[in-house]
Amino acid sequence: MATERFDAVVVGGGPAGSAAAYTMAKAGLKVVLIERGEFPGAKNIFGGVIYRKQLEDIIPEFWKEAPLERQVIEQRMWILGDQSAVTLSHRNEAFKEPNNCWTGLRVKFDQWFASKAEQAGSLNIYETVVTELLRENGKVVGVRTDRDEGDLYAEVVVVADGVNSLLGKALGVHREWQPNEVSLAVKEVIAMPKEKIMDRFNLEGNEGVTTEFVGNTMGMAGLGFLYTNQDTLSFGVGVMVSDLKKKHVKPYELLEGVKQHPMLRRLLQGGETKEYAAHLIPEGGFHSIPPLSGDGWVICGDAAQLVNFVHREGTNLAMTSGRFAAEAIIEAHEHGDFSRAGLAGYDRRVRESFVHKDLKKYKGLHNFLRDSDPTLMFDKLPQALNEAAYQMLLVDGVTKSEKQRMAMRGVTEATGGLMSLIKLGARGWRAMNG
Amino acid sequence: MSSIAEKLYTIRYKVDENSHLVIKDQEVCLHCTTKECQDFCPADVYHWVEKDLMTSVAFENCIECGTCRIGCPAYNIEWVYPKGGHGITYKFG
Repeated sequence: MATERFDAVVVGGGPAGSAAAYTMAKAGLKVVLIERGEFPGAKNIFGGVIYRKQLEDIIPEFWKEAPLERQVIEQRMWILGDQSAVTLSHRNEAFKEPNNCWTGLRVKFDQWFASKAEQAGSLNIYETVVTELLRENGKVVGVRTDRDEGDLYAEVVVVADGVNSLLGKALGVHREWQPNEVSLAVKEVIAMPKEKIMDRFNLEGNEGVTTEFVGNTMGMAGLGFLYTNQDTLSFGVGVMVSDLKKKHVKPYELLEGVKQHPMLRRLLQGGETKEYAAHLIPEGGFHSIPPLSGDGWVICGDAAQLVNFVHREGTNLAMTSGRFAAEAIIEAHEHGDFSRAGLAGYDRRVRESFVHKDLKKYKGLHNFLRDSDPTLMFDKLPQALNEAAYQMLLVDGVTKSEKQRMAMRGVTEATGGLMSLIKLGARGWRAMNG
Repeated sequence: MSSIAEKLYTIRYKVDENSHLVIKDQEVCLHCTTKECQDFCPADVYHWVEKDLMTSVAFENCIECGTCRIGCPAYNIEWVYPKGGHGITYKFG
């Protein structure tokens, strides 16, 4: 391998890497994609939802061939109390045409996406770890792999090595993530007969439902999810690593605990766990985004913290950043300039797009959550809200005005008084609208 | 309710002979008051063995999430990926 020289080396066969490799190969660049797993997707998990718009921008009408699970027509949000839930959901036939998003499973999806890059001309190499970036005079000129004579040289290296991004750290573009910048998600894929899924979730044909839930995470900042696939359910819960450390909770015990909630137990019962998985999610938000390019390199996807956790969007930001990186590299190739200035088109594209703008909107949220008491936000408030709903709906002879007072009192007491509640609301609003 | 052993049994592993996870300094573990790696690891890789005064590392259980890399309060775990093609392979993802 040592003598060959490529236009670009892409490190990582996830959505960001495959999007970059596909886009560059299609434009005729000489591209190599390196993946450490047996195949792309072997190491990858997500919740997971695949959005139409951003993949369509790369591969038009991809849904006719891509391995997708169910077309999401309904999204549910549950606020859980111990034995109760306040729910909010939206179902709409309009989500079918045009498609909004699908549920998916990464082993199938990532293999398909990487194969598209391969068909476009990318040389895909699997079972290979990139151990370091090769540098000359401060410029990245290639990668060292764990293969014999495994150095590969290229004009530019696309760093798409995921949330742990050892290469990003080696580059010095980002320091080590702090425990409050990442969540650990544990997930199970649970097999269930198709008919049972369709009955339990009120579905026809290929329709699917996503459910997110807060509360019931032992007072840790976190979010759970339950998504319908063809004949499996994706079920999991993610919590901030800093909270996990403080609480001394085993992640899989949290998962088992949540399964026992009456809202979830009935939906999951009779299912058979086919796979257990765990993965970190970058949740540092806007302020954790590192510089995106430099002399001979660009960084994309999770490795660059490009995740909008408020809207559980990640793969779409990864794909878009991979495409932007590729487009900038194609320009750099035309001009023969792979310096930081030559690759600045990548930063510009990201800055002008929804990727940057959406993350900027929520830029205050990370600090808001960091400075808030997670037991208040993720336990006491959800409980108080459930108690308020219970009191309002219980007919027991107490007058409605007294009930309304009781409900309000419960919520304000949880936050430490009306002023605290108002301040919390105002801070939360600002954090969501930066 | 499935145990962690049953959960890990659902994942296919190709185990390398050498550990990709190394405790940099066992002395640091000895003085660690929280030993939280025993709890936050989703695959129960780390155990404090009192009689040997050391943290044992069941690297063959590792599901490569990276929590210990960030979670260890003393950053005392040297964490790299398993050799190419080794470690976990998911079936669903």
